[in-house]
Formats: sequence, structure tokens, C-alpha cells
Amino acid sequence: MTRYSRRTLLKGGAAFAGASALGFPAIVRAQASTIKIGHVTPLTGFLGAIGSYAQLGVKLAAEEINQAGGIMGKQIDLMSEDSVNPATAATKAQRMLEQDGAVVLLGEISSASSLTIMQVAERNKKVFFSTGARSDALRGKSCNRYSFHCDIPNTVMVNAVGTALLQKGMVKDKKFFTLTADYIFGHDLLKAAKTFFAANNANLIGDELIATDVTDFSPYLLKIRQAKPDVVCCNLAGNQVTNLVKQYAEFGFPYPLVGFNLNTGDAWAAGEGNLSGTWPTVWYHTLDNPASKAFVAAFSKKYGKPPENHAWIDYITLKLLAQAMNELKSTDSEALIAHFEKQTQFDIMKARKGYFRNWDHQLVQEAYPFTVKPKNEMKDKWDMLVLGDAVPVPSEPLEKIYPTKAQNPCEMKA
Amino acid sequence: MQFGFLLEQVVNGLVLGGYYLLIALGLSLIFSVGGVVNLAHGAFYALGAYVSVEITKYLGFGPAVVLSPIAVAMLGILFERFILRRFYTADPILSLLVTFGLAMVAEQAIRIVWGAPPLSASIPPVFRGSVILGDFLFSRYRLLILAVVAAILLAVWLLLHKTSFGRVVRAGIQRPDMVAALGIRLQPYMTAIVMLGVGMAAMGGAFFAPITIVHPAMGAEIITVAFVVVVIGGLGSFWGVVLAAMLVGVVRGITIHFAPAAGEASIYILMFLILLVRPRGLLGERIEKFE
Repeated sequence: MTRYSRRTLLKGGAAFAGASALGFPAIVRAQASTIKIGHVTPLTGFLGAIGSYAQLGVKLAAEEINQAGGIMGKQIDLMSEDSVNPATAATKAQRMLEQDGAVVLLGEISSASSLTIMQVAERNKKVFFSTGARSDALRGKSCNRYSFHCDIPNTVMVNAVGTALLQKGMVKDKKFFTLTADYIFGHDLLKAAKTFFAANNANLIGDELIATDVTDFSPYLLKIRQAKPDVVCCNLAGNQVTNLVKQYAEFGFPYPLVGFNLNTGDAWAAGEGNLSGTWPTVWYHTLDNPASKAFVAAFSKKYGKPPENHAWIDYITLKLLAQAMNELKSTDSEALIAHFEKQTQFDIMKARKGYFRNWDHQLVQEAYPFTVKPKNEMKDKWDMLVLGDAVPVPSEPLEKIYPTKAQNPCEMKA
Repeated sequence: MQFGFLLEQVVNGLVLGGYYLLIALGLSLIFSVGGVVNLAHGAFYALGAYVSVEITKYLGFGPAVVLSPIAVAMLGILFERFILRRFYTADPILSLLVTFGLAMVAEQAIRIVWGAPPLSASIPPVFRGSVILGDFLFSRYRLLILAVVAAILLAVWLLLHKTSFGRVVRAGIQRPDMVAALGIRLQPYMTAIVMLGVGMAAMGGAFFAPITIVHPAMGAEIITVAFVVVVIGGLGSFWGVVLAAMLVGVVRGITIHFAPAAGEASIYILMFLILLVRPRGLLGERIEKFE
């Protein structure tokens, strides 16, 4: 942080007051030497562990952009804060736009918080890039033209894992028991799961809605044993997933545990021998392409550990934003919307490039199912997953795994 | 059939209560003797978990659950000597504030030392899986925790009721002025009690680390439940805390069985109902300092 002497501050204050009195505030603002960007993501609570990775990712991106000359020659002034819960998220987002002069917002993991920020963005007519929220509803019936969605939606996660499960013969005529996070994200994921089960002749024999602050799952595990399912399916989020996975291993049930949502940070926290089954992911640090490897190297060097998928997504989001602003020579939200609605393709460190779909602002990209590596094959504690082939397969269009226009009720007001 | 499963939830709830007990008993003891509601208690629980994960890396699980509580109990001495001691006779609000502040400092310190991402910890393979007895299913590891808690409970009870140390502590709880008049300095006893309480919380952390997520805010999560247990049991009552811990575990299990949505709320509703009927808690005594 730069320190100013009191005298400088006084002088600056006086000059500013003078300029305001003379009617120059617009000029003063226009000459701001930095570009302010607002970032909020949960650093505490059940999503805090993965949120802290997101913050590291976005900070690295800002540093790299600044070193390369910034945006239109100006340095990025990144404000990154803890969003804690939906109300705080909205308050901070609003403050960043209205008082701190942020030109765009990005961040978030919680779908509930993302939804409140989307409303703030729309009211202020500034773009918000929702980096890590996965609820279908955000890009569906709650969509608005100022909001863009970077992570894969719930339907894609269900499709990615579902495809892998179908290949293993674990879906048709099987009895599923689901454990679902009791907030917008979980409800939404369960809906996508139900659609998948119905389409593939699977039976859902039990479902439990679980509050996000639950840390002990033993009473639920007893209910699972009572139901005797063929497959147990985890639709939880953040810390909940880790706790469940650990306690599931503790009880040692014979029913395989799979899940439609997992972040690699939660998988790493599960510890040796606790995680099994098939899960979806949006990105993993072992992906074999030059851009991804360079990012992993830079991140590992700076922070002493590999990046998690939320570090990746907040990193690429700020990068693609800066790239767009430099190309457009503008930070104006309307210009950005027009630019991305042209479905401009950009590198997101995956085999295929990504683009924002113009009618629902979803970043269309590859996803991956993964399984867990046997312990003796792990190079280090972060090397615990085996990525399956990217979905959809290269011969099929990326949009195949995304909800269609008919399934995704998004109507944007002009 | 339904009855069998219900009974299974009750038994599971008792085991769960056992594990709240490790944290709540220390909280209650420190309160009884020093009159301090130690909101930093959860921080020692978290520290116990973190230290045990570190020790496990080098020495394995067994030594970790023994050494981690000892190490944290040593820290407890400093905590008592330099912080708690100043607040025994002060306005309770001051000790609340200072221990609350300390809890936040400790959480941040953990974040700085170990980082925000959670540490991973696993159950040793021998304790994995469940034991099935008739219709009942138990997690092997939780049975271990239950045995440890029972042993500790017995040891603490013996310490308080069958030793001269215990007699002085109990006398100190009832009539500190009288004890002082007899020429006994309560100070060393206080240090020992804080060590014991803090060590128990750390042991809780060490035992829970393999089955729950080890992250900086874990202390804040557990302190709420521990506090509910102590309040339901009655501040300062040994058996009250035991009873309340079991009750909380069972009520939560049964609620989840019938009305899952109310699972987390159930313990607060229980607290509310009990305090409504009996403001001092189940087995609590009147505490003049607070009335």
C-alpha cells in the first residue's frame, strides 16, 4: 500500500475540492491513472476454502496484466473482498460500482450470492462476470444482459458425469439416493439430475436436502443404509462435499458414491483414500496444453501449490476481460456486451476455444469427468485425479452438452 | 422395522453427543472455576486438529492424538497466565470480548501459518468401515472416539471427586473466599484446569480431523454447538454437560430421521425450550455472579 504524508493528502484534498468547485470533477475522474475492477468471492463459510483459491487466481492475473502494460496503458487496481453471504455480496458489489468506481465486477462461487450481484449489475448497467456459480437458473430464468457466466452450469456437470456413468452401466434401472445442498444451487442441481434420471430410466428412491452448515452426516448415512440404493449421488457444495466424502469412507458402505458437483480443492481436502467414484470438473491442473502449463507453473511458483479450478476460472476471466478491453480500447459495459455477443472465441487454456453464447451469456467450453487415482500412482497429494476425455467428444459441437434454448428459459430485456 | 432404525438413530446420537462432550466439558470446567466463558475454546480445538495433522505426517495417527493435546495444553498455560488470569474477577463482558477477539486472532494465525485451503487427514485403515451388531451399524472409528471419551470422562470425574486436587477445585468453585482464607492459593489449580480443558478441546480436534474438514474456521463452527450443550446442561454442572451433550446428539439424529429440514435448527429449539422452562439449564445451579 502506498503511504501518503499528511501534507500530500491535505494538498490533494484541497486540489480536489478546488477542482470540484470549479466544475471539473468529470475531468478529474477521466484522468484516473488506474482501472478499478471489483472482485468478490466467499473467503469464509462453506465455500471459503475454494474461494481463497479464486482470489489467488485473480490476483495473479492482475499482476501479469499489469506487468504486460495493463489495460490501455493503465494499471489495474483490483479490489478483492470476501462476499460471505448473498446480502454482503450485493452490498459490496454495489459499493464497488457506485463509490469505488469499479468499471466491471467479477467473481463469486455461491449461486445465491451471484444472483444478488446480478441484480446490482443490472441496476447499475455495468457488466458482471459470474465466475464460479453453477446454478442453471442464473443463465436461465434469472438471466440478464449485464451478466456473463463462466463456469459450467449444473446441466453440464450432470451430463459430463452422466455420460461416464452410462458407459459403465451404472444408470439404467439403478436405484439412486441423492444428498442435496439446501439452497438455490442444490435445488437446481437436483432438478438437472432428475431430468437425467428420467431420460435414462434410473430410479430416484430417496433424496435428502441438507443445510449448508451441516458438518456431521452420520444420521443421513444411516438413512442411506436403510434405503439400500445402488448408487449414492452427492449434490452438495464446498466443505459439505469434503465432510460427506470423509464420513462416507469412515462408514465404509458398499454402495458406490458419485457426484454431480465437485471442486478439486474439496477433493484435495478429502485426504488419502477417502474419495472414490466419478465426478465432473471444469478444469484440472494436469491438462496437457502449453497455456495451461504456463499458468500452473506461474501459480505454483508464486503460491507453492497448484491452482484449483476456481483459481483457473477467475484467472482466465480477468485475462479475457483485459484482452477484450485492450482490443476495444474501452472499458464501457455496453461495448463489452456487444463484443462478447459476437461470440468472439478466446483461449481458455483448453483444447478447444471458448465463447460466450449470445442469447444466454454462458461461456461454452469443454468439461471433463474424472475418477480417482489409486494411491500408488499419485506423484504428490495434488495428483489424485484421472481426467476422462473431454465432453463433448471433438467430433461434436460444444453446445451439445449445454441446455438448449427450449430447456433454458432466458429472455433478456434489451 | 421403523422402530429399529429409530433406535439406531438414538444410539448414533449418543455417539455424536460423546464427541460434542470433549469440547463442551472443558468449556464448562473453565467457566466453573474461573467464571470465564472462554469463546476462544474453539480455537484450541482447531489448533489441536492442525497440530495433529502435522504430527501424523511424521509419527502416525496414534502419537498425534496424544502429543497434539499435550502441545496445545502447554499453550493453554500461557493463555491462562497472560490472558485469562486478568479476568477472573472482572466484569464477565470483558472476558467475553477478549476471548472472542482471541478466537479471531487464532483463526487468522492459522490462516497465515497453514493457509486457507483445508488440510487433508484420514482415518488409519484399521479403524475404517463399520461394525454391524444385529440391526445396528456403528462406525468403527466413532466407537473408538466413544471409548476415549468415556475414559476421559471417568478420569476427569475421578480427578474432581477422589483426589485432594479435586476437593480444592470444587471448594474453589463453591466458595473461593473460604479457600483463600484457609491459605490455599487457587492460582495453580486454575492453571491446571485451563490446561485440562484446553487439552480436551485439542484432543477433540485431533480425533475429529480425520472425519471432518480441517480448515481455519472449524473452531468457530464447533464453539456454537459446545456452547449450546453447556447452556442446556447448566453452566458449571459436570453431569449437566454430559446429559446435554447426549440429548443434543439424540435430538438431532431423531429430527433428521423424521424432519431432515429441521435437523440443524433442532438443537437451538431444544435450547430455547429448556431455557424457557428452566433458565439455569438442566442441572445448573444459580450463579450469583450472573444474577
